[in-house]
Amino acid sequence: MSENILSVKNLHTSFRTDNGEVKAVNGVSFNLDKGKILGIVGESGSGKSVTAYSIMRILESNGDISEGQVLYKGQDITKFTEKQMREFRGKCCSIIFQDPMTSLNPVFTVGNQLKEAIQLHTDRKGKDAEARAIEMLTLVGVNEPEKRVKQYPFELSGGMRQRVMIAMALACEPDILIADEPTTALDVTIQAQILELMQDLQKKFGMAIIMVTHDLGVIADMCDEIIVLYGGRVCERGTAEDIFYRPHHEYTKGLLCSIPNVDKIGEKLIPIPGTPINLLNMPKGCAFCPRCENAMKICIEEVPPEMQMPDGHFASCWLNVKAEMEAKQGGKNNE
Amino acid sequence: MSKTQNNMKSEYLVEVKDLKQYFPIKTGFMQTTPLKAVDGVSFAIKPGETLGLVGESGCGKTTVGRSMLRLYTPTGGEVIYNGEQVNASTIKHMRKEMQMVFQDPYSSLNPRMTVEDIIGEPLDVYKLYSSKGDRRDKIIHLMELVGLNAEHATRYAHEFSGGQRQRIGIARALATDPKFIVCDEAVSALDVSIQAQVINMFEELQDKLGVAYLFIAHDLLVVHHISDRIAVMYLGRVVEIADADELNDKPMHPYTQSLLSAVPYPDPKMAKERKRIVLEGDVPSPLNMPTGCAFRTRCKYATERCAQECPSLTDRGNGHQVACWNK
Repeated sequence: MSENILSVKNLHTSFRTDNGEVKAVNGVSFNLDKGKILGIVGESGSGKSVTAYSIMRILESNGDISEGQVLYKGQDITKFTEKQMREFRGKCCSIIFQDPMTSLNPVFTVGNQLKEAIQLHTDRKGKDAEARAIEMLTLVGVNEPEKRVKQYPFELSGGMRQRVMIAMALACEPDILIADEPTTALDVTIQAQILELMQDLQKKFGMAIIMVTHDLGVIADMCDEIIVLYGGRVCERGTAEDIFYRPHHEYTKGLLCSIPNVDKIGEKLIPIPGTPINLLNMPKGCAFCPRCENAMKICIEEVPPEMQMPDGHFASCWLNVKAEMEAKQGGKNNE
Repeated sequence: MSKTQNNMKSEYLVEVKDLKQYFPIKTGFMQTTPLKAVDGVSFAIKPGETLGLVGESGCGKTTVGRSMLRLYTPTGGEVIYNGEQVNASTIKHMRKEMQMVFQDPYSSLNPRMTVEDIIGEPLDVYKLYSSKGDRRDKIIHLMELVGLNAEHATRYAHEFSGGQRQRIGIARALATDPKFIVCDEAVSALDVSIQAQVINMFEELQDKLGVAYLFIAHDLLVVHHISDRIAVMYLGRVVEIADADELNDKPMHPYTQSLLSAVPYPDPKMAKERKRIVLEGDVPSPLNMPTGCAFRTRCKYATERCAQECPSLTDRGNGHQVACWNK
């Protein structure tokens, strides 16, 4: 039995804006086990990044966790004081961002920034911290680390900067690493290097990774478990095989049909009709129902419940409820 | 001159021959070094065909598209459209036939213009209507062609979503009834579900209107889906051109091989079975290019010859062209 390290329960996060309240996350729940890679996938505005930021509590000042719990080893971090949060960030849970240029400070050297994290969270000081910084850079495959610690972020390439970010995130050996679109700004060949590195480091350190991305390819490559978000709600969650081979939510099915596939060359793509969701004007029922071709009356009125599928994964779609009810009725009729 | 050109006019719509585009970069006081963004690129596109152009950032793929339409003045080489050379004087009437769709649907549309004016502008420039009513009919026809609601003609660009904006950009490009469109990362900024809508529309328009595309993108799955042939660029040069399926099944250039193996494939079983060819290091700076073959610094097959001479594209049968000494 694997050890649960983080569990998010019914998380709601919203932002106050001039146009009204934007409900970015509406009741997201999931569990993360030790040493597992969890993928959060969704399109822009699905609430995937906000979920990640809520776990770290690094939301913008107009954003709030309005409901729900984030339990780290049984402790609810939404109740933590700012001082406790500083302990939590970096040591227990770290994050790397999409754009490695804007997330590094341009006026300090790479070594300086790495040392800051190490000195804050460990007993290592001065020379000792610098040695650790060099050790971390070597670990993430930065060549000539002694020279690099004295360089500024602008002197490094995009791939190198992302390696520095990873080194910084892992310097205090956290239990959880959140990667928010870590390779989106990088080229394919550099992306392959970084993904390979993350897999290696995961094996070495045994930390759990939450991988936030819109790229289904990256998700398929990296993740043990996947949750699919749409309009701030979980559509479907399960293992990678469940999601890719046995999708049970109309949105997941649509998403998988709309990516070009080598096996289906020459065939037309099947896009999802309509436009992405407007978070200011959320539908009353299922968030996906305005774009769903099989939507029923109940989909417009009520939010679908999460239901366990025969193979053990979870999906929130009224069609599954209907299918089960029909199966039951069919069974009765046969009797 | 024109006679010989007419004889050659047969097969290709657009031909690019040894196109060079250098940009002067300041390296010191009154000192400049040429940045060779595109260095001797040649290819040809048939009428109604889609040529995919792939490569990593900084390889010059966008510059190729822009130089072809003379948004930049090329440093060297020539572009021939329909048997006629594209130069400063001919481009004016040629832009009617050669159009462009840009990557960012947010910055490529003027926020102060209504959709009607954005799509109508090319019509105004080339005076393609007889009366105001005719102009309006044409705009409505174009909006319907790209799947926009014609009732929205008086709205501004910011009132539309990303996918719809890209449709406005495409309608604008189609307004002059072009034969050739450069699509510069035209679907890269869109979400997957919307991306599929726009890709399908590009294909439908090609079936309907017979336009040829130069489809510039970095997403290899998308390029393979839409293209008839694919050209792969690395540091300002084309390293391989082949039929889309052939390139995907039998890539010959070591760079193409690693590029294809690095694409994250949306299938968990295949992703786990497959072996990635991970390239060492980064792309060299175009200001400080390696001698000989530009790829040799990251290539595991590199020999002495690669450092001395730059390989040119040679045909290996079936129109599969590769620029490599060792393959």
